[in-house]
Amino acid sequence: MKLQINGEVLEVPKSLQTITDLLNHLELQNQTVIAEINDEIISNHKQDETAIKENDKIELVRFVGGG
Amino acid sequence: MLKIGSYSFSSRLLLGTGKYPDFETQKKAVDASGSEILTFAVRRMNIFEASQPNFLEMLDLKKYTLLPNTAGAKTAKEAVRIAKLAKASGLCDMVKVEVIGCDKTLLPDPVETLKATEELLKEGFIVLPYTSDDVVLARRLEELGAHAIMPAASPIGSGQGIMNPLYLKFIIEQAAVPVIVDAGIGTPSDAMIAMELGADGVLLNTAVAGAKDPVKMALAMKMAVEAGQLGFEAGRIPKKETATASSPLEGLSVN
Repeated sequence: MKLQINGEVLEVPKSLQTITDLLNHLELQNQTVIAEINDEIISNHKQDETAIKENDKIELVRFVGGG
Repeated sequence: MLKIGSYSFSSRLLLGTGKYPDFETQKKAVDASGSEILTFAVRRMNIFEASQPNFLEMLDLKKYTLLPNTAGAKTAKEAVRIAKLAKASGLCDMVKVEVIGCDKTLLPDPVETLKATEELLKEGFIVLPYTSDDVVLARRLEELGAHAIMPAASPIGSGQGIMNPLYLKFIIEQAAVPVIVDAGIGTPSDAMIAMELGADGVLLNTAVAGAKDPVKMALAMKMAVEAGQLGFEAGRIPKKETATASSPLEGLSVN
């Protein structure tokens, strides 16, 4: 399955069904990651029930140092 | 106590989390500062580097209230999106509205700041807009319902200190919500002057992160903010044109 993540096209296994699956696949499960799919912001507590599909445009962001 | 929206804080020093030499120093600086509110920015992950260290993961989030900023936004629309992304984390409902309108001075765009503040208030955020020292704009932000006003002391990261104490004082005197002097603080004395003017708090980042010893500077800033607050509460003496002796003029022993 092709996804566009943070501007990069990425091929991921078809078995990934939800945002949580994707974050586990990317080994980001231990971090606070916020997802936006096709311009829709997804609450973190809904990551495990939010489906991903071919050609989704996904933004993954996090908190970084800032003033 | 510093009260912002539904929150109460005993520390009046808000600390930014950018530009520290390393996480260990940063952690110690945060501890030394006594700050209860930490600002963060929201940025894309590097998805190909899973083990990238992140300061947020090192913090006991029960001890701190996160204040994400909307830095990077140049329009109200972008600021609202960044704020919503931050809130979607489930970790915070406060936001520092920061909409930059000038790349050279990093001064905020007043029109977009106003729009973003209005929109985010409608969305139920606790909104702390970063603004210039414009007295009328500060009033307009408060009239919209902003939970605190955060005027700059001088340009972000400049360390120039309090450039316009008169306008800051006007903003402080008219405001019924907390006024937090944000940006431009360079030294503990700058922070103290802000508090002596009557500010409810100070937000700084570079002054600590960029100091030769960030941990020591964090402690100095904590003490300066506390001293400034005490001094303001105690009430300064009026300035006089002439000298007034502190020692009695009578009873001089003459031989």
